[in-house]
Amino acid sequence: MAEIQIKKVAKRFGSFTALHQVDLTISDQEFMVLLGASGCGKTTLLRIVAGLETPSEGEVWIGGRRIDHLPPRERGIAMVFQNYAVFPHLTVFENIAFGLRMKKLPQADVEKRVRRTAELMHIEQLLYRYSGQLSGGQRQRVAVARALAMEPDVILMDEPLSNLDALLRLEMRAELKGVLAASKTTTIYVTHDQVEAMSLADRIAVMHQGRIVQAASPVEVYRNPAARFVGSFIGNPPMNFIPATKATNGSWTVAGMTVHGPKSDKRQIEFAIRPEDLDISPGGIDATVRVVEPLGAHTLVTADVEGKLFRAVLDSTTEAKTGDRLSLKPKPDRVRWFDPETNAALN
Amino acid sequence: MNPKALPYYLLAPATLFLVVFFLYPFVLVAWEAFSRDGAVTLDNFREMTGHWKFPDTLRNTMLLAVIVVPLQLALALSMASIVSNLDRGRSAILYIFAIPLGISDLAAGLIWLAIFEQSGFLNTMLVGLGVTDQPVMFLGFQSKLSIFIAVVLAEVWRATAIMMVILVAGMGLIPKEYGEAAEVFGAGRWKRFTKVTLPLLRPSLQTAIILRVILAFEVFAVVAALGGTNLPVLMGETYHWQFALQDRNVAAAFAMLILAISIAFTLFFLYALRVPKEARI
Amino acid sequence: MTAVTSDAPATAYPEVRKARNWLLIAIVVVLCVWVLLPIYLLLVNALSSPNEVTGFPKRFWPSFDTGSLAFFVNFAGVAKALWNSVLVAVFTMIMSIGIGAPAGYALSRFDFPGKEAFRFLVLMTRAFPLPLLALPLAVMFIRTGLDDTAFGLAIVHTTLALPFAVLITFSLFSGIPVELEEAAWTLGCTRFQAFWKVVMPLALPGIAASAVFAFTISWNEVFAAAVLTIENRTLTAFLLQSLNVSPLYLKFAGGFALVVPALIFIFAVRKYLFAMWGIANR
Repeated sequence: MAEIQIKKVAKRFGSFTALHQVDLTISDQEFMVLLGASGCGKTTLLRIVAGLETPSEGEVWIGGRRIDHLPPRERGIAMVFQNYAVFPHLTVFENIAFGLRMKKLPQADVEKRVRRTAELMHIEQLLYRYSGQLSGGQRQRVAVARALAMEPDVILMDEPLSNLDALLRLEMRAELKGVLAASKTTTIYVTHDQVEAMSLADRIAVMHQGRIVQAASPVEVYRNPAARFVGSFIGNPPMNFIPATKATNGSWTVAGMTVHGPKSDKRQIEFAIRPEDLDISPGGIDATVRVVEPLGAHTLVTADVEGKLFRAVLDSTTEAKTGDRLSLKPKPDRVRWFDPETNAALN
Repeated sequence: MNPKALPYYLLAPATLFLVVFFLYPFVLVAWEAFSRDGAVTLDNFREMTGHWKFPDTLRNTMLLAVIVVPLQLALALSMASIVSNLDRGRSAILYIFAIPLGISDLAAGLIWLAIFEQSGFLNTMLVGLGVTDQPVMFLGFQSKLSIFIAVVLAEVWRATAIMMVILVAGMGLIPKEYGEAAEVFGAGRWKRFTKVTLPLLRPSLQTAIILRVILAFEVFAVVAALGGTNLPVLMGETYHWQFALQDRNVAAAFAMLILAISIAFTLFFLYALRVPKEARI
Repeated sequence: MTAVTSDAPATAYPEVRKARNWLLIAIVVVLCVWVLLPIYLLLVNALSSPNEVTGFPKRFWPSFDTGSLAFFVNFAGVAKALWNSVLVAVFTMIMSIGIGAPAGYALSRFDFPGKEAFRFLVLMTRAFPLPLLALPLAVMFIRTGLDDTAFGLAIVHTTLALPFAVLITFSLFSGIPVELEEAAWTLGCTRFQAFWKVVMPLALPGIAASAVFAFTISWNEVFAAAVLTIENRTLTAFLLQSLNVSPLYLKFAGGFALVVPALIFIFAVRKYLFAMWGIANR
C-alpha cells in the first residue's frame, strides 16, 4: 500500500515562504497531478516528498510510514527529472540497471527487468548506446525506464515532458498514461501545462503561491472551480469574469442581464462563465463583437462587454462580424460565482 | 553526521592548510621584518634601503616591470586576437603559443643564455652575417644595458602566454553578435577591436594584468641565469640577504617591500579596470 | 529565377581578403618561430658535445652527440636532484588535489556562511609572492624536522598549487549538474556513493589535468626549492645554486631536463589548459 499523506508541510527559504502548511492525501495507485504556474511551489512539494528538500514544518507519510526525515534512497520512491539526468558515462542498459545494481540484485534479475522496462518504453534497440548519442525524447524514455525498473511504491515526475517539442509531447503523454496505469504505482506528476494535467490525472491539485487551491478530479476542477484562480488557469480559452451588482437578494445584474444567483450580504460579487457555455439568444449579456476567428470545429468570438474582453466559443455556422451586437445567454447551470475579496467560489 | 556540517568538513583541510602554511608564515615574515632580536624596530628597513645596491635593485625591478608588462599586454592581445580569428589549426597554434606556460623561469633564463652568451647563437649569427668581427659580450659585467635587454626579451618570451591564455578565455566569452552588430553599423576592424572587444574584455584584462604585475615583481631566476649578480632585483636580493649575508630580518624586510608594492599595484588595477556588475556580459 | 548572389562579406573585396589572409598566416608563422626557436636552440645545445657547446661559432642544428647529456646525468648529485624533483612534484600533486578537490566540491554544491570568506582567503594567496613564504617556513621546518625534505618543499609548492586546484575543481564540479547526483540518491546511493559513481567518472579527466598542472608548477619552481633544500636539492635548486660554477654544457643539459617533461605535460593537458587558466582567474 503506497498511500501518501502530506500533513501541514511548510517550506521557507530565508524570508520567502514557498509552501504554506500544505495538506494533501493521495490514495494508493492514484495519479495525482500538481498543477500551477512557475513559482507556485509544486516542484518544491515534489522534492520534499522525494527527500531532496527538507520541510521547514510538517510530516510526510508513505504507506503508513513517516518518511520526511529519511534520505531519498530509503523512501521507496523513484523519480524522473525535468532534464532527465541520464548518466552520460553509462550505457542505456547500465543507466536503467543503476538502481537495481545498488540493490544488489543478481545479474539475471537485472537483465530481465532492464529488458522488460526497455521494451515497455520502446528503447530496447538503444540499450548499448550512450546518452550523448540519443535524442531528447529517447533520453526521456531512458529516464522513465530507469524509474520504472525500480518497481517503486511511488513514482515522482518533475515536468518530464516540458523539454520536448509539441508533437513529441503529445505522443509521450499518451504513452506515459498507458505505461503508468499498467504499472499500478502511486504517481505524483508536476506540470504547468493544464492540458497534460487534464489528460493524465486521476485528481489535480491546483497550486498557487504556495498553497493548494483545489484538489479534485479533472472534470470537477473544470466545471466547479473552487477559486477564481482555478477558473482562470484551467481552460483554453479561459473563463470569463464580469462584476455583478446586487439587484435584490438572490438576484444580480450582470452586463445588463438579470440573473438568479447566490444569496449574499455583499453588494458586488463576480460572475463567471466559460466561453463554450454561451449561446446567441435574447435576454443575455450585451456584447459588441471585436474579432471573429473561424477555427473550423467552432468559431471563437472575442467581444467587448462593459469595456472588458469577453470570449465565446460558438457553433461553426455562426455568422458574426466586427461591430455586431450580440446577446450571449449563459447556460444557467454552468454559471459560477466568486467572492471578489477572498476569490473563493460562492454558491 | 549533520548534513549542514558537510561543507565545513570538506573545506577544513584546505582552510587548515592555508592557515598553517600561508597565514602563519605570513605573520612570521611580517614579524621578522619589523623586529630584530625580539624588539620592534624599523632598523631592518633602514638597513635595506641604506645599502648601496638598493637604489639599483629597486629601479631595476620597477623598470623591468614597467617595460615588460605593457609589451606583454600588447603581444598577448595580438596573439589572443589572432587565435580567436583562426578556424583551421586553431588548437595546434594555441598549444604552440601556450608552450612557455610550462617552462620554468630558470629554464627560460637558460634558454636565452644559450642565445646571448658569448659563444652563443646570436653572436654566431652576427659574426656569420658580417655585422661584427668579434663575438660581442652581451652578458658581461660592463654590459648592464644588454643584460637588461636580454632579460626583457626572456621575460616577454616566457610569460606572455600567461596573459594570453586568460585573454583567450575572456574573448571566448564575448558573443560574436556584438562584433557582428558593430560591423553592420559600420565599424571597421580596428574600431571593433577598440570599441567592442577591449571594453568587454576588461575583467579579463584586469585579471591578466594584476597577475602578471605581481609575478613581475617576483622576477628572480631569469635574472640570475642571465645576469648573475650584475643586475640586482628585489627577489634576488632577498635570496642574497637570506643566504649569503645570513640576515633573515633584512631578507624579511625585502619580502614585505615586494608584498607592499604588489598590493599597491593590485589595488590600483582593481580600481582602474573595475567593471560594475551590471555592465558585465 | 535570379542568379545566386555571392556571399562575400560587405567588408572586403576578395583580393583584400586574400591579402589579409596571407598577412595573418605570415604573422602566425613569425609568432610560432618566436616561441619555438629558442627551445629548439636549447635542444641543439643539449644534443651537442661539450666542446661544441663551449665552442664558437655555433651550428644551428644538433650533432646528436650525447656527450653533454651524459656529462649531466653522471655529474655528482644530478641523478639525486632529478629524483628529488620528481618526489616533490608527486607529493605536491597528491596534496593539492587531495586537499583542493573537496574544497572545490564544497564551494560548488553548497551555500553556507563563510563561503565568501574562504574564497577571499584563496584569492589572497595569489596576491602574495608565495615563494617568499619559504623564508619563515625554513625556520619552522628546522624546528619540526621537515627541513631539507621533499615533503617540506612539497608543502610550500602545495600552497602555490592549492588555489588553482580549488578553483579548477570548483569549476569542474559546477559543470556537472547536481541533478545527476540527485538521481543517484533516488536510485539507492548515499551521498558518497553518488559522488564516487556519478561525479568522479565525469570529473576525472579535469582532475587529472589539474593534477598534472600541479606537478608542473612544482617541477618548475625555483626560489622556494633553492631556499629549502640543501642536501636533498631538487633539479631547479641544483641548477640555480651551481649557476656560477657550472660549465655551459651542464647548464644547457640541465635546462633540457627541465623543459622536456614540462613540454610533455602541457601537451597532455592542452585541452584543459584554457579552461583551467581562464577559469582559475575569474
